Amino acid sequence: MKFGVVIFPGSNCDHDTHHVLKSVLGQETVFLWHQDTDLQDVDTVILPGGFAYGDYLRCGAIAKFSPILESVRRHAQDGKLVVGICNGFQILQEAGLLPGVMLRNAGLRFVCRHVWLRTENNQTLFTNACQEGQVLKIPIAHNEGNFFISKQELAELQENQQIVFRYSDAQGDVIPEANPNGSIDSIAGVMNRQGNVMGMMPHPERASEALLNSEDGRFIFKSMINRVH
Amino acid sequence: MEITLDLIESHGLTTEEYEQIRKRLGREPNLTELGIFSVMWSEHCSYKSSRLHLKRLPTQGPQVLQGPGENAGVIDIGDGLAAVFKMESHNHPSLIEPFEGAATGVGGIIRDIFTMGARPIALLNSLRFGPLEDTANQLIMEGVVAGIAGYGNCIGIPTVGGEIQFQEAYSHNPLVNVFCLGIAPAHEIFLARASGVGNALIYVGAKTGRDGIHGVTMASEEFSEDSESKRPNVQVGDPFLEKLLLEACLEAMKTGAVVGIQDMGGAGLTCSTCEMGSRGEVGVEIELARVPQREEKMTPYEIMLSESQERMLLVAEKGRQEEVLEIFQKWDLDAVVIGEVSEGHDLTVYDQGSKIAQMPNKALTEEAPVYDRPAQRPAYLDELPRWQDLDFPEPSDYNTLLQEIVSSPHLCSRRWVFQQYDHMVQTNTAILPGSDAAVLRLKGTSSGLAVSLDGNSRYTYLDPRMGAMLAVAESCRNVVCCGARPLGATNCLNFGSPENPEVMWQFIESVEGISQACEVFATPITGGNVSFYNETNGAAILPTPILGIVGKLEDLKQIRESFFQKVGDSVYLLGETRAELGGSAYLEHLGLPLSGPCPALDLNQEKALQDKLLDLIALECIESAHDVSEGGLLLSLAECCFPRTLGLTMEASTPLRPDHYLLSESPSRIVVSVRKEKEEEFLKRVSDLDVHKLGEVTDEIFQVSVNEQSLISVPITRIFQVWNSFLDGVFEH
Repeated sequence: MKFGVVIFPGSNCDHDTHHVLKSVLGQETVFLWHQDTDLQDVDTVILPGGFAYGDYLRCGAIAKFSPILESVRRHAQDGKLVVGICNGFQILQEAGLLPGVMLRNAGLRFVCRHVWLRTENNQTLFTNACQEGQVLKIPIAHNEGNFFISKQELAELQENQQIVFRYSDAQGDVIPEANPNGSIDSIAGVMNRQGNVMGMMPHPERASEALLNSEDGRFIFKSMINRVH
Repeated sequence: MEITLDLIESHGLTTEEYEQIRKRLGREPNLTELGIFSVMWSEHCSYKSSRLHLKRLPTQGPQVLQGPGENAGVIDIGDGLAAVFKMESHNHPSLIEPFEGAATGVGGIIRDIFTMGARPIALLNSLRFGPLEDTANQLIMEGVVAGIAGYGNCIGIPTVGGEIQFQEAYSHNPLVNVFCLGIAPAHEIFLARASGVGNALIYVGAKTGRDGIHGVTMASEEFSEDSESKRPNVQVGDPFLEKLLLEACLEAMKTGAVVGIQDMGGAGLTCSTCEMGSRGEVGVEIELARVPQREEKMTPYEIMLSESQERMLLVAEKGRQEEVLEIFQKWDLDAVVIGEVSEGHDLTVYDQGSKIAQMPNKALTEEAPVYDRPAQRPAYLDELPRWQDLDFPEPSDYNTLLQEIVSSPHLCSRRWVFQQYDHMVQTNTAILPGSDAAVLRLKGTSSGLAVSLDGNSRYTYLDPRMGAMLAVAESCRNVVCCGARPLGATNCLNFGSPENPEVMWQFIESVEGISQACEVFATPITGGNVSFYNETNGAAILPTPILGIVGKLEDLKQIRESFFQKVGDSVYLLGETRAELGGSAYLEHLGLPLSGPCPALDLNQEKALQDKLLDLIALECIESAHDVSEGGLLLSLAECCFPRTLGLTMEASTPLRPDHYLLSESPSRIVVSVRKEKEEEFLKRVSDLDVHKLGEVTDEIFQVSVNEQSLISVPITRIFQVWNSFLDGVFEH
């Protein structure tokens, strides 16, 4: 399994993601520079968290014009895996590869803390290592993570089981108090219709080592590794 | 332009200082030169009032790789690595424009760290505000926290800890002290000095604008009501640009073509050029026409004095500048050769080929004036009330007392603050904010670093020397409680006007206290910052020395959190509790006047306690360790219970009045929890200490009895709730 982690100017979770994939999980992992178009034969592309282009204009709005995005789009069209984490998720939305938009958090402040996620669909390329309904402890750190989408599109997401994670409490109950940013339907992670492109606001790379309070993020990386082997 | 008395005064220079400038140049300076001298001889850049006294600080030690005088201090932490760290203030700008003031403070200290060739891995901050009952103070705090978050979160350096105090004296003079820690290979430290005649001077980063001109002069004056008019002196930060600068500089340093580097912070291009020339004993020549400019028709005076943020100056080996320029180009940064290292020892400035300023580097830097300002013991010290003379009754209901103190601004949870900071990016945060010290793991090793910032302004007001010693002791104790051994220190000394002899006395006494304590704890001062003139309308802040201690945790497996881990563990207090309520949070909570004396510290006893704790941790005798400080034993025990919502059954006996006992702030005390199986060994090992069994960790109820009288019995969740949500109540209504 070969992973590629894209570096945009302003990415700041690029090294963290690379560290988990390579040093913790032992996967072949390379960095991909935003100006390049060669994806170096990776199986999975990860767009990491950060503030690509300073999030100026709108989160992800400038990054979508990076040359590498065209290659990422083709990669996705070929049915290969693409994952956006936090800012990466926002970029994939701006690029039209994932549904919905991100509004500012309902509390109008940046929020960094651990949250609980209920696995809504464990029959995906990103969650097949999770139990049905498994609750994962993974941190968030964002200012614009308030997922929004039209009612009709939301119904489609629900119908097609594209909602991968919802914010919940520790017991797995999806309740308003457990929603940290006001996301519609408590959505924390979604995938495209084809099921090969996924975005999530929480940071699994920050929850993949015992020292860091949770290892639940590994279920997500392991799911992707399982699938390709 | 003729240099008049008015002009001299408006530059913050005295007539004596102007005479010295004339003598040093052998002629009248022109306006640009006057501007350059004025910023370099400002208190902020020259340390003219403090330099004499800072010599007293211990700066040596086998672990010190770089002491004061560079952009940051460096200590050896083993495994071929060095810790690079420093703390700086950004107080004045944060009053005028809280968000940008705090943000650019963060940006400035980060540049100081990566300038040394280190990758910044953690930020901490120490903040002081006026009471939160005043909405003006709320707005300042809200802006400062958002500014720190806005910069740190974007650039991707976690803000992992710090401390906050509220006191009326900071209402019109908030303090924002920012600390940054970086890691570098021990043998690849970069210094801010120019060398090699003919080597290229490269300007990198943001274009130069008219922002921040005379920022350092502003920081070297008291404030008055019209300070609002100085808003244009505050710079605007761009963390995205600095992120590019950080990555590009670290990459450029790897080429081996960079021989020296300094950031353009206070006093901008002026400071970076003459300081690098002075340290390297060389001359520096620059051509202003080549400096990237954001605005039209900027004068040489403006270009030299601009404090536009996110700019660096590099010296690259002659003939290899292209290698360096290419890297900056890759990161979409402006990078231009603006001059070169020259023969001689002067800073020479050209504009379109004509010479417009020439001054000896040393005259601007090392040979700036040094003042031995008069100092006098403040009169207020003789008029301080003694807390023992205050007539406050024993509380009738301790349950209520506990609820009240945990929901006071002084002692409540700081969650509302640190939740706005990305404290996990870089995935090194081994202990989340809220414990005694922040702990960062060092990837690729089995070790980590612990950092704590501390200072209690009420103590330093009551007794500047003792207060400063207490700050060092507490900072070291916090680091030790996590299982780390203190290795080095930095400080940020915030005071009123040095021209006031009473303030000068407070300053000298504080430096003396820090010196004595740092010697005992073997934590040399590797750098720091002095911020004078923290006065508005003639009222000075409380003397506020803040200490930052960095320690090494040899084995991450031995990391200790400050809170209780398991039901059934025994709880002990190490150290003696005396009736010491002077300057305490308890009296502050009761609304009583600030009264002395502040708690007394025995440095050697403190050191022995800390050494013992490290032994106990190494022998795996204890499960958790939490220091007792503001809020006394009562707050400390509650904090031990909160994170895992555990309870406690405590039974203590004391000759003191119970509230005095529970809220005394006697130093040199640590609450530890011990597993039952380890209790016998633990007791054997602490037989030479003052040890008191307090009780046992339970699963729900926080129960306190003193002298066989039950005082408190309340579900921990209820106490946690009020403690945890107080700041939400202030800011989220």
